Amino acid sequence: MGEKIGVYVCHCGSNIAGVVDVVGVAKWAEENLPNVRVARDYKFMCSSLGQEMIEKDVKDLGLTRVVVAACSPHLHEATFRNACKRAGLNPYLFEMVSIREQVSWVTKDKTVATEKSKMLISGGVRRVVHHQPLEPLFVDINPNVLVVGGGIAGIQAALEIADQGSHVYLVEREPSIGGHMAQFDKTFPTLDCAACILTPKMFTAGNHPNITLLTWSEVEKVDGFIGNFTVQIRQKARKVIADKCTGCGVCEEKCPKKVIDHMFEAGMGTRKAIYTPFPQAVPKYPVIDVENCIYYQRGTCKACEKFCPTGAIDFDQKDEMMTVQVGNVILATGYELFDARRVPQYGYGRLANVVTNLEFERLSNTAGPTSGKIVLRDGVTAPQTVGIIHCVGSRDIKYNVDCSAICCMQSLKFAHLVKEKTGAKVYNFYIDIRTPGKTYDEFYRRILDEGVHFIRGKVAEVTDAPRFPGEEGKLVIQVEDTLAGRQLRVPVDMVVLSAAMQPRVDSKEVGQKFGISCSANGWFIERHPKLDPVATMTEGIFIAGVCQGPKDIPATVSQGAAAAARVLGLIGQKQVTLEPVRASITQDNCSGCRICNNLCPFNAITFIEDRAVSDINPALCQGCGTCVSACPAGAITGSHFTNQQIMAQIEGVLFDLNVQGAREEMERVPA
Amino acid sequence: MSEQFEPTIVGFTCNWCSYRAADLAGMSRIKYAPNVRLIRLMCSGRVDPQFVFKALAEGADGVLISGCHPGDCHYVEQNYKTMRRFALLKMTLAALGIEDARVKLVWASAAEGNILAEEIDKMVAEVKALGPLNWKGDRRPKTEDGRVPSSVIGHRSVVEGVAV
Repeated sequence: MGEKIGVYVCHCGSNIAGVVDVVGVAKWAEENLPNVRVARDYKFMCSSLGQEMIEKDVKDLGLTRVVVAACSPHLHEATFRNACKRAGLNPYLFEMVSIREQVSWVTKDKTVATEKSKMLISGGVRRVVHHQPLEPLFVDINPNVLVVGGGIAGIQAALEIADQGSHVYLVEREPSIGGHMAQFDKTFPTLDCAACILTPKMFTAGNHPNITLLTWSEVEKVDGFIGNFTVQIRQKARKVIADKCTGCGVCEEKCPKKVIDHMFEAGMGTRKAIYTPFPQAVPKYPVIDVENCIYYQRGTCKACEKFCPTGAIDFDQKDEMMTVQVGNVILATGYELFDARRVPQYGYGRLANVVTNLEFERLSNTAGPTSGKIVLRDGVTAPQTVGIIHCVGSRDIKYNVDCSAICCMQSLKFAHLVKEKTGAKVYNFYIDIRTPGKTYDEFYRRILDEGVHFIRGKVAEVTDAPRFPGEEGKLVIQVEDTLAGRQLRVPVDMVVLSAAMQPRVDSKEVGQKFGISCSANGWFIERHPKLDPVATMTEGIFIAGVCQGPKDIPATVSQGAAAAARVLGLIGQKQVTLEPVRASITQDNCSGCRICNNLCPFNAITFIEDRAVSDINPALCQGCGTCVSACPAGAITGSHFTNQQIMAQIEGVLFDLNVQGAREEMERVPA
Repeated sequence: MSEQFEPTIVGFTCNWCSYRAADLAGMSRIKYAPNVRLIRLMCSGRVDPQFVFKALAEGADGVLISGCHPGDCHYVEQNYKTMRRFALLKMTLAALGIEDARVKLVWASAAEGNILAEEIDKMVAEVKALGPLNWKGDRRPKTEDGRVPSSVIGHRSVVEGVAV
C-alpha cells in the first residue's frame, strides 16, 4: 500500500501501563505490523506533549495514517483527530484502539492483556490503511427549542434561551408549570420560601414573548435529528377556552365537587373538579378534571359554565395536536417520589401519623391545607415529639441503590421547621449525614445547636403497639443506635419519612421517544458523567435536573442553565458538523432490486424509476449501515465503515490466527 | 484437544449501546474473559453476514454480535433488522455444521456493562466447551520442530498447551 503508519501506545499513567506491557506492545507493532513506520509509547498521549509528538512525526516522517491505542474513542477520538488535522493530515485517516476500557481495566492476567492489546492494535493498523480522507457534513440548525418539563430546571433553561432571542416551546404535563419546587415550603439552607423565589420565574416564563407555554400537554412523537426535529404535541382538552378565561376563579368557587388533591397537595388537601393547582399557577386558567366532574358523570350541573362571566367553559373541547419544528430539545422531566408503602415496616398508609416528605412540605407550607400549622392527622393536635427517618427507599438494595442527595438536608430542614413551629422534641434517624453543598454543613451545625437529637441507625420498625409504659397512644420507632451500640425504642407523635427521589415511571418510554437511554435505575444517561453531564448520546437532545440523577435545587438550576448554554452554543453556530458516516450507492453496480428501499427508517433511500436504480439522500441518511450490509450487489458503500475497512480489521484482530499475517510474520522473523 | 484451549471470539458492537457497555464495563473495572476482540460498527444492522463468515474463516472460534435492546435502537428500528437477518444467518450456519453457541446475538444497553461482561464470560465458557472450530485446522506457520514462532502467538497459546 505504501502507507506510512504511526502507532502510539498510551500508558495512561498506570491505568494501561500497570497491566499492559506498553513498551513491548509498541516495539512489537513497529517490528511486526505492516506499513508501520514508527511506534511509540508515551505516558499520556492525550496531553499536549503527546499530541505534539504525533504532530511532529506526521510532519517529520511523512506519516499518512495514525493509530492511537489508549482509552475509548468516545473519550479522545476527537482530541487525536484534531492533532492530525493540525499536522495537516485529514482527521479521518486516524483510528483509535481502546486498550484501556477493553483491555487493561477488564483483564487480570498481564501477559494475556498485552497479547490482546497487540491484536486490537493490529486490527486498527489493518483498518486504517483503507481509511479515506473525509470531510465533515454540515446541517443547518433551526433556532427553535423544545423544553420538556416545566419544573425549575425546565423554566431556567427556557428563560435563558428565550432571553437570548430564540423561541422556546415549554411543554408541561400538569395544568401549571412549577414542578415539585412549587410544592415545597422552605428551601435549605437559607430557608427562603420556595414560592417566593420560584413564582417570579414562573411568571416571567409565562409572559415571555419568546416562550410558547404548552401546559396540560404531552409530547407524542419526535422525528428527525439535530438541527431539525419535528415534534408532535398533544394539548389535552382543558374544557376551558384559554383566550376567553381571565383566571378570575369564580368557576372554582362555584364548583360543588370537592376532590382529594393527590398531585399538588400530596393527598393532604382538597381541590374542586375545575381547578388551578395552586393560587400562583401559570398559566392562570383552570382545567376540568373529567373523571370527577359531575357533568361528565351525570350529565347535569354545569355550575362553572353558568357562573363564568366570559363564557370560557367548553364541555365539548377536544384534545388538539400541534406540530412544531425545533433544532434542539432539553428534557427536564424531573422525578417521582418513592412510594413509602413499599416499606411496610414503617407503616405509611397504615399508621395515620406517618407522613412523607412531600406531605410534610404541604403541612408546613403557609399556603397548604393547614395554613402552615404542623399538626397530626386530626387537624388540631400539635405533635410533642417527631421522628424523622432518612433514606426511605434510597441507599437500599431492595429499592433504590443511589443516594437521593437531598434527604439529609431536607430532613435537617424539617427538624428545624418542627422545632420552630411547634417546639416539639425532634429525633433524626440517619445512616450517614451527607451535607456537601455550600453552607450546608453550617446548616447541619446550626440544627445540632438547636437541640435536635441525631440517632445513627437504620430504623427497623415504626409501630403503634406499646410494649412499655409511656408508649401507649404513641408511634414507637425501633432502632439500633449504632454509635452507642444499643437498641432503642423512641415513642413519638409523628413520623416523617424522607422518601427517595426516583425516576418517573415512564422515563424509559420518554427516553425511547427522544432516542436516549436510561441507566439501570432509570435516570437518563448523560454523554459523560463528569465532562458532559447535560448532553446525551443523541445529538441535539439535552437533559437537565433530576431526570439525570438526584440533585438539589442549586444543581438543578445550574443544569437547566448549562443545557441552555449548550443549546445556545449550537444555535450560535447556525450549523452543526456531523460525522461523515453516510451510505452512498454506486449506481453502475445497482441492479434495482429495491431490497434496501424498505430498510431505511429515515426514508433516505428512493428509487429512481426511469433509471431503475436506488439513490440515497445524504441529508436524510444517518449512517447506520443497515442498507450497506443488505445490498446483494455490494453497490452501497458506508463511508468510514466500508466492507474493506471492516474485513481488514477482522483480519487484523485475528492476526495471531491469520494465514496472511502469519506468512508475513514468517518472512520477517526467522524462527 | 487440550484442556487449556482458549477460544478466540470476534465481537461486533454497535457504537451507541454495546460499545458503550464495553466502555462502562471498563470504567466499572469488571473483569471478564479476554478472549473477545471487539470491532465497533455504527449499528448492529451494519453486521454483514460476510463479516461473520470472514471471522470464522480467519480462525475465530465464535462471533458475538451485540446491539441496543429492541425498541432502544439509536436508528429507530435497525436492530429488528439485525434480528431478522440473524435468524437467516443461523440457518445458514447450522447448514454448515457450525454449532449454535458459536454465533450469538446479545442485547446490551449503554448501562449494561455487567451484562455484556457476563454474556462474554458465558459465551467464552460455551465455546471453550465446544472446542476449536478448526475450519481449516491450525493454519499458523510452524517452525521445524512444530512450534509456533513466539512473535506470532496470541494468548491462545500463551496459556500453555496450544490447541490442536
